[in-house]
Amino acid sequence: MLRTIGRRVATAIPSLIGVIIVTFLLTRVLPGDTASFFAGPAATPQAIAEVRKQLGLDRSLPEQFASYVVNLAKGDLGTSLTTGRPVVTEIAARLPASAELTLLGLFLSLIIAVPLGIVAAVRQGSWIDHTCRIVATAGVSLPVFFTGLIFVYVFYFLLGWSPAPLGRLDVFNSPPPAYTGFYLIDALVVRDFETFRAALSQITLPAITLAVFSLAPIARITRASMLAILAAEFIRTARASGLKSSTIIMTYAFRNAMLPVITTLGMVFSFLLGANVLVEKVFAWPGIGSYAVEALIASDFAPVQGFVLTMAILYVLINLCIDLLYSAIDPRVKVEG
Amino acid sequence: MTTLSEAPAETKKPAASGIMAMVRHTQYVLAENPVTAGSFALFVAFLIAAILGPSIVPYDPLASNTMAALQAPSAQHWFGTDQLGRDIFSRVIVATRLDMTIAIASVVLVFILGGFAGIAAGFYGGWTDRIIGRISDTIMAFPLFVLAMGIVAALGNTVTNIVVATAIINFPLYARLARSEANIRREAGFVHAARLSGNSDPRILLCFILPNIMPLMMVQISLTMGYAILNAAGLSFIGLGVRPPTPEWGIMVAEGAAFIVSGEWWIAFFPGVALMLAVFCFNLLGDGLRDIVDPQRRT
Repeated sequence: MLRTIGRRVATAIPSLIGVIIVTFLLTRVLPGDTASFFAGPAATPQAIAEVRKQLGLDRSLPEQFASYVVNLAKGDLGTSLTTGRPVVTEIAARLPASAELTLLGLFLSLIIAVPLGIVAAVRQGSWIDHTCRIVATAGVSLPVFFTGLIFVYVFYFLLGWSPAPLGRLDVFNSPPPAYTGFYLIDALVVRDFETFRAALSQITLPAITLAVFSLAPIARITRASMLAILAAEFIRTARASGLKSSTIIMTYAFRNAMLPVITTLGMVFSFLLGANVLVEKVFAWPGIGSYAVEALIASDFAPVQGFVLTMAILYVLINLCIDLLYSAIDPRVKVEG
Repeated sequence: MTTLSEAPAETKKPAASGIMAMVRHTQYVLAENPVTAGSFALFVAFLIAAILGPSIVPYDPLASNTMAALQAPSAQHWFGTDQLGRDIFSRVIVATRLDMTIAIASVVLVFILGGFAGIAAGFYGGWTDRIIGRISDTIMAFPLFVLAMGIVAALGNTVTNIVVATAIINFPLYARLARSEANIRREAGFVHAARLSGNSDPRILLCFILPNIMPLMMVQISLTMGYAILNAAGLSFIGLGVRPPTPEWGIMVAEGAAFIVSGEWWIAFFPGVALMLAVFCFNLLGDGLRDIVDPQRRT
C-alpha cells in the first residue's frame, strides 16, 4: 500500500514542476519592462536599474528561475504592493474561507447529484430522468456569477430569508477561535451555536450557488455510469439469483458506478476552483479568490501569481488524493510504472 | 435509424461540388432532433444580432441619460435602464457582437493550434507526441479559469489576451481529440495509398487526415463555444479584458451586481439571460451534432 502511494505521489511531481515553470514564465512575461513597472511611473532611470537589480532581472533566465524556486522553497511568494504584506501570510489567512466554501458546495452537490443520477438511471425515461437531463444541461449553461446574483435577489431582497451577501459573518458576531479556520466547525467545537447559526446563514447561498454549478457533471456521469453498469452481465446474474433490487443497486451497481464519478471529480474541482473566484466576488467572501481579484484590479501582480500557484498546487494535490481514493475503492487498479 | 443517419454523410463526400448537398445535410440534421433545430434557430438569432445589432437597436448603447436612470422595464425601455440611464435592451443586443467575436476568435485560434499540434502528435508519435502531450498535461494541471486569470494578468489586460487565454485553456481538449483521431488513421489503407502515390507528409496530414477528423472537431467547436463564452464573460465579470462603458454581457452583469441588493434586478438580469441563452444554445447544438456525428458517445 505504501509503495502504491509512493508511486502515485511520484506521478504528481512532473505536474508540479510544470506548474512551477509556467507560473515562473507568467511572472516574467509582464508586458513592457517589469522593473520600470515596479519602480512606479515617476522613477528615474537610476531607480529603475536599482529595482531591476533588486528583483534579479539583470541576471539570466535560468538564474532567475533558480532563485524563484529557492524563494518558493522558503515559502516566499513576494510582497503585495497595495497592502505591503507578504503574499504567503495573506493567502494562508484567507485559504480556510475558500476551502470551507468550496468543500461545502461540493458536499451539497454530491448529496443531491449522486442520488439524482442513480434514480434517473434506474427509472430511465421517467420524470426524474428528464429532470436529471434538464438539470445537467441547464447547470453547465448557467454562468455561476449570474446564478449567485439571482439567489441574492430572491432570497435576500424579495424573501429576506438570507443575510446580506457581505462575507462570512455579519458585524454582530465575532469569529470563533481558529482551530481549523472553518467557522462552522470551530463554532461547534466551542459550542457557540449562535455563531454557528450566523455563519451557516452566510455560507448557505454561496455554497448552494457552487453546488448548482457542479451538480450537472456529477449527475450526468452518475447516470451514464449507472446505466452502463446496470446493463452488465453480473447485474443480470444477481437479478436471476433473486437478490433484492435494493441490494443489487446499492451494493453491486453503485460501488462500481462510483469509479467514473470519482474520476470526474478531478474535472469538477477544476471548475469549482475557478467558479469559486466568481462566487467569492458576488458574495464578498474573504477568500483567496477575492484577494486575487482585488489585486488584479489594482495591477498588483505578486498576489495574483501567488494565487495562481497556490490554486495549481492545491489542484495537483487534489488530483493526487482522487487517484489514491480511486485505488482504495477499486483494488483492481494497478499503478502503471 | 443508424443506416439512415450514415447515408447522407457518405453521399456528401463525393458530392463536394454541390452546395445543395450541404443544404440537404443541414436539413436532415435539423429534422433529426427538434431540440437541435430550436438551438439552431437561436444560433441564427444570435448571429443576426451580432451582425446587424448596432444598426437595429432603438437607442445608442453608450448614450447616458441621467433623467431616465434606473427605470424598470417598460414599453419604452424593454429591459429598463441602468444607473446612467442607458437603454439595457440596446446594450444587450450590441454586446452580442463582441461576445461572439471573442468566443469565435478563441475557438478558431485553438482549433488551428490544438488541431494541428494534435494531428502532428498522433501522426508522427515519438518526441512530437511526448512534447505536445507534456504541454497539454501542464495546462490541465491548472484549474482552467484560474490559469486564464493568470495569463490575462501577465500578458496584459486586453480583449486580445482574453481570446489568447481562452484558446490556451482549451488547447488540451483539441490536441487530445485530434491526436487520438489522427493516431487511429495513421496506418489506415488510404494513408498508405496516398503515401505510395508520392504525397508528402504535410500533404497527407492536410488533405487526407484533416478532412476525416473534421466532423468530430466541429462537434468539439460547438461544445467549446459555450465554455469560451462563459469563460470570457467570467473574466470580464471580475474586471479583466473588456472595460466599461463597452457593452459586454459579463461586465454588464458586474455593473448590475451592485444594484441587486437594492432591488434593481433588471440591470444584471437581462445581460445574464442573454449569456445563459448563448451558452445553452451552443451546448445543445453541440450535443445534437455529436449525437449525429458520433452516436456512440450519446449519454
